[in-house]
Amino acid sequence: MKLVVAIIKPSRLEEVRQALNSLDVHGMTVTEVKGYGRQKGHSEIYRGTEYAVHFLPKLKVEIAVDDALADAVSTAIRDAAQTGRIGDGKIFVLDLLAVTRIRTGETGAAAL
Amino acid sequence: MTGFKTPLRIAGGVALAALLLALPAFGQDAPAEEAVEAVEAVVGGETPLQTQYILNSFLMLVGGFLVFWMAAGFTMLEAGFVRTKNVSMQLLKNITMYSVACIAYYIIGYALMYPGDGWMIEGILGAVGIAVLEPVGLSPEAADLTYATVSSDFFFQVMFCATAASIVSGTVAERIKLWPFLIFVAVLTAFVYPIQASWKWGGGFLDANFGFLDFAGSTVVHSVGGWAALAGAIVLGARKGKYNADGSVNPIPGSNMPLATLGMFILWFGWYGFNGASQLAMGTVGDIADVGRVMANTNAGAVGGALAAAVLTAIIYKKVDLTFVINGALAGLVSVTAEPLTPGLGTASIIGAVGGVIVVLSVPLLDRFKIDDVVGAIPVHLFAGIWGTIAVVFTNPDANLGGQLVAIVTVGVFVFVISLVAWLILKATLGLRPTAEDEDLGLDVSEVGVEAYPEFK
Repeated sequence: MKLVVAIIKPSRLEEVRQALNSLDVHGMTVTEVKGYGRQKGHSEIYRGTEYAVHFLPKLKVEIAVDDALADAVSTAIRDAAQTGRIGDGKIFVLDLLAVTRIRTGETGAAAL
Repeated sequence: MTGFKTPLRIAGGVALAALLLALPAFGQDAPAEEAVEAVEAVVGGETPLQTQYILNSFLMLVGGFLVFWMAAGFTMLEAGFVRTKNVSMQLLKNITMYSVACIAYYIIGYALMYPGDGWMIEGILGAVGIAVLEPVGLSPEAADLTYATVSSDFFFQVMFCATAASIVSGTVAERIKLWPFLIFVAVLTAFVYPIQASWKWGGGFLDANFGFLDFAGSTVVHSVGGWAALAGAIVLGARKGKYNADGSVNPIPGSNMPLATLGMFILWFGWYGFNGASQLAMGTVGDIADVGRVMANTNAGAVGGALAAAVLTAIIYKKVDLTFVINGALAGLVSVTAEPLTPGLGTASIIGAVGGVIVVLSVPLLDRFKIDDVVGAIPVHLFAGIWGTIAVVFTNPDANLGGQLVAIVTVGVFVFVISLVAWLILKATLGLRPTAEDEDLGLDVSEVGVEAYPEFK
């Protein structure tokens, strides 16, 4: 099993959700995060003082999938989240050791 | 409209006849001529003295409601300018500070400010005593019908005292302990504010000997709060992390712009009472016209300040800083407060606009000196207050620049020095600041025990 972790622009969430739905992925976790890569931050000005805002708001989307589905999910996220401008984000794929459905106690692939 | 006068004359004639017929009931002490004059005066439109008295008192009661509501304005403004972790503390400070001010003014301040004939030192130090209102069910014979009720006068004036104190709370926000702050407020509202106010509004030496004019308190209220705030900011020091050793500034943005803006509008609204009811009379045609003029000019000053701040920040910073526009409107209000009656609407707007400019230019100046004023109260109330006091001479021929300057300096030195001493004593005894750790945690958690936004972690 794999855990796909994607950092995306907040405005792309709905597109990503729809793209994953059409792949038969029906669960995900979304967290509000801050970060920067090559986009750097921007500067703001408050009461006459300019200051740099280094971190930009992003969303972290996490999906647990079968090994076979991991590539398709990554591609779908990339297509949906891409805008072509700096700051689109990154996708990480991690090995997932175990999964449990809390309600029923099912484990492994049945719990995905 | 010709049909209007005939019934009025008939009514007047009937009243006159009734009065003459009732004369025997008055006994031999009521000459017929006086009765005729009284009736003619009423029929002619002049307000009877008792009605004037009632209207004057009513104006000050309504004014009192409006200035009281400014306490909500300050509270919301400050709540919006501080960080979420310090909001409950700011709310608490405003409620308790207002309450301390009212009690201090009742027990000590009112008599010091309005000693009447009972000065301890003529023109300088007023009387000792608690405020005493009229007994229940005042009769016209027992009243001084030339002015207004003591109760309405006290009710109106106590709000001004609380306003002066509330100016301080915004400047020293986010790094001051509650009880030392309240002790300072007690000193400010029991002694400092009333004594300097007596020099002008109590008929003291600034009024009698220097012809100082301050309609609603650019100096007497606003600069007093500003001087006390300045002394406090200097003694207290800046918020942790605001200034770096090399002099650069780390902005600490406010948490809630809607609240800050609401606070500004509430203050603006209350200012119609603050200035309008300072006419202290509305029983005559002239007085009520003046009240309206004052209110219209008050509004004009605010809009001038707001727009001037907006344009100036756009020019200097390319973006229009909302917090500066909020400060600008308030500075415009302070600027016309010393003389909201004599200018025309255009002049009032310009005077307010200068106040807005002063604020935008002086906020970075304070940062240069590492004076951390969280809400901009020093530029708005002290600097614009001084400007407003000087601006009186431009529109009021009875004012003289010398008298205005004497007042500015005298009040300034008096308030600043005593405030400085009070702050220093409190710092040396009780301590003013929370620990660095508590300041990091936020005063809501460390001092109040009630978080303003507990779900937002």
